[in-house]
Amino acid sequence: MTDGAGVIGVGPVRGRAIRAAVRAGFNHGWIELSHCFTMVEDAFEILPLPLVSVVILLAVDSKNDHLPGTHFLISSTILVGMLVMNVAFNGMIGLGMRLTAEREDGTLLRAKATPNGMLGYLIGRIVVVSGTIMLTVVSLLIVGLAPFGGLALGRAMTWLTLTWVLALALLAILPIGAVLGSLFPSVRSATVLMLGSFGLIGISGIFYPITHLPTWLQWVGQAFPLYWLGLGVRSAVLPGNLAAVEIGHSWRHLATAGVLGAWAIAGLVLAPILLRRAARRVSGSSVAARRERAMTRGI
Amino acid sequence: MALKEAGPLSEPGLPRSADPDDEPVIDVRDLRMRYGKTDVLNGVSFTARRGEVLTLLGPNGAGKTTAIEILEGFRIRSAGQVSVLGVDPAHGGEAWRARIGVVLQSWRDHGKWRVRELLANLGSYYAPYSSPEASRPWDTDELIALVGLAEHAHKRIRQLSGGQRRRLDVAVGIVGRPELLFLDEPTAGFDPAARREFHDLVHRLTDREEATILLTTHDLDEAEKLADRILILAGGAIIAAGSADELARRMPAAAEVRWSRDGQRFVHSAGDPAGFVSELFRQYGGSVEDLEVSRVSLEDTYMALVRQFESGDGQGAERNFGMVTS
Repeated sequence: MTDGAGVIGVGPVRGRAIRAAVRAGFNHGWIELSHCFTMVEDAFEILPLPLVSVVILLAVDSKNDHLPGTHFLISSTILVGMLVMNVAFNGMIGLGMRLTAEREDGTLLRAKATPNGMLGYLIGRIVVVSGTIMLTVVSLLIVGLAPFGGLALGRAMTWLTLTWVLALALLAILPIGAVLGSLFPSVRSATVLMLGSFGLIGISGIFYPITHLPTWLQWVGQAFPLYWLGLGVRSAVLPGNLAAVEIGHSWRHLATAGVLGAWAIAGLVLAPILLRRAARRVSGSSVAARRERAMTRGI
Repeated sequence: MALKEAGPLSEPGLPRSADPDDEPVIDVRDLRMRYGKTDVLNGVSFTARRGEVLTLLGPNGAGKTTAIEILEGFRIRSAGQVSVLGVDPAHGGEAWRARIGVVLQSWRDHGKWRVRELLANLGSYYAPYSSPEASRPWDTDELIALVGLAEHAHKRIRQLSGGQRRRLDVAVGIVGRPELLFLDEPTAGFDPAARREFHDLVHRLTDREEATILLTTHDLDEAEKLADRILILAGGAIIAAGSADELARRMPAAAEVRWSRDGQRFVHSAGDPAGFVSELFRQYGGSVEDLEVSRVSLEDTYMALVRQFESGDGQGAERNFGMVTS
C-alpha cells in the first residue's frame, strides 16, 4: 500500500474500477434523464420543440402545399427540419453549454476528485444528451405518423436508415459539442455558438433545399455534418422519388456515411485531448473565482 | 522544543523505516510555485504523520490554496519534491485518487439530485478499491447519519441550507473512506452556528477514523479548535509551525497581566508573568485587586507574526517564532 499505482492499482482491480465507473456513469445519466419525467422544469426543456412542431404541422398541413418551385411538401420539410435541428441543438449547443456550465459550477471538479470519475461523467453526459435526442425524435415521429402526408413511415427501410443515420450523426456531432464546451471560457460566451448554429442551419438545406443556394455556399454547407444528417433523415422518411430534388438527384448514402464518419473520427480523436486539457485547468480556486464572477453578475 | 535560528525552515527528516505506518502521509520538500514572475510558494517544506490534523493558516494570498491544490494533484508545481501517500500527486493514478478525499465547496452542482442518490452514485466508484483495511465506500445511510443529514436524505440538494449543503460536501469528500482528507477553507462564509456544527463534525470524524486531515483556513479560532499542529504560511513560506500552545509560547510577551488598584484598571504584557506578579505584590501588596494572568492568544501571536512579516522583517519573524519541533 505504499504506492498508489502499486498493489491495489493493477490488474483485475483496474478492470473492475473501470466497469464500476461505466456503471456509475450510466446510473448518473439515467438519474438526470429521469428528471425530465419527474420535474416540470426539465420537462419544459425538451417539450417545446415537439409541441411547436405539432402546432406548425397542424397549421400548414391542411393546405398540403409544396414549397414554391419545388416538389417538397411543406409539412414533411418542417418535420425533417425540426428533427435535424433538435439533434444539432441538443448535441452541439446543449452538450457544449452543459460542459461549460459544469466546468464553472464544480461538477467537473467533483468528477476529477473521484477515481475514474471523468469517465463516468462523460458517459453520464452522453446518456443524457442521446436520451433527450431520442425522446424528441420519437415524439416528433409519433406526430409524423399522423396522416400529414408525404412521410413514408411504414417501411422497414425507413427505420433502418433512420437508425444508422442518427447513430452516425450523434457520433459526429457529440464530439463537436464536447470540443466547443471545452473551448468556451464561460456560458456567456457560449451564446455566440447559438448564432453560429443558426447560420449553419441556414446553409445546410434543412428548411429550404440547398440546391437553391449559390454553388459555393452549397459546398460550404456540404462540408458540415448537418447537411448530411438532414439528407439522411429525408432519405429515410420521404418517398424515394423525392431524391430527384437533391444534389445529384440521389440520396447519396455512401457520401453521407463517409462525411459523417470522417467527422466522427476527427471528433473522437480531438475531443478527449481537449476535454482532458480543459479538465486539467479546473481546480477549486478556479471554480471559486468563477462563482465570484457569476455572483457579482447576479446570475 | 528547540527554537531554531533563522535559516532554511524544514523539519528534521523522520527516520526512514520499513514500516509504512511510520512513513509520513504527506512529505513536502522545498515546494515552489511560480506564476509568470510571481513566486506564490517559495520553498515550503513540511510533513504530516498518520492520523494528524494539520492546519495551514495564513492571510489571504499567502499561497494556502495553491499548496493544497498541488497536494490534491489538481495543479502542477514549479519545483520541489512532493509525496502524498507515497506518490507524487502530479502522477497520481486512479488508485491513488481512491485513497484521498477532497472536500470541495459546492455551489449549484447536482441541485436536482437527492442527497442519497448522489452519495450512492459517487460511492459506487470506490467499491473496487475496497480492501480488508478499508472497506470502501462508506455505507450510504451510515454516512448520511454521520454528517447529520438523515432527515434530509431524500431532499433535493438545492433545497438544503448552506450549512446542510456543506455537510453534504464533507460526506462527498469522505464517501470513499479516504486515508487523507483535504479541506480548503471549509467554513468560509459560515455563520457561527454552522461553523460550530462543522467543527463538531470534524471532531466526530477524527474520533472515529484514522484519517489524516489537512485543512486551510484564515480563521485562527478554527485552527486552534481543530488542529494538532498549525503551519503558518505567509509570503509563500512557512514562517512558524507547532501546536497553538507552542506557538503562543514563542511570543516575546508570553502573557498578559491585568489588575486593578485604587479603582483603576491596569494591563501589562509580560514575558515573565510570575516575576512580574511577585514584583507587583512586593510594591503594592494588598492594594492589588482583580488579578488576572492570561496566556497570549493564538490570535495575538498570529497578528504579531504576520505584522512582523509584512513589515519586511521575515527573518525576525522566523527568529521569534521559528519552528517548534516536537
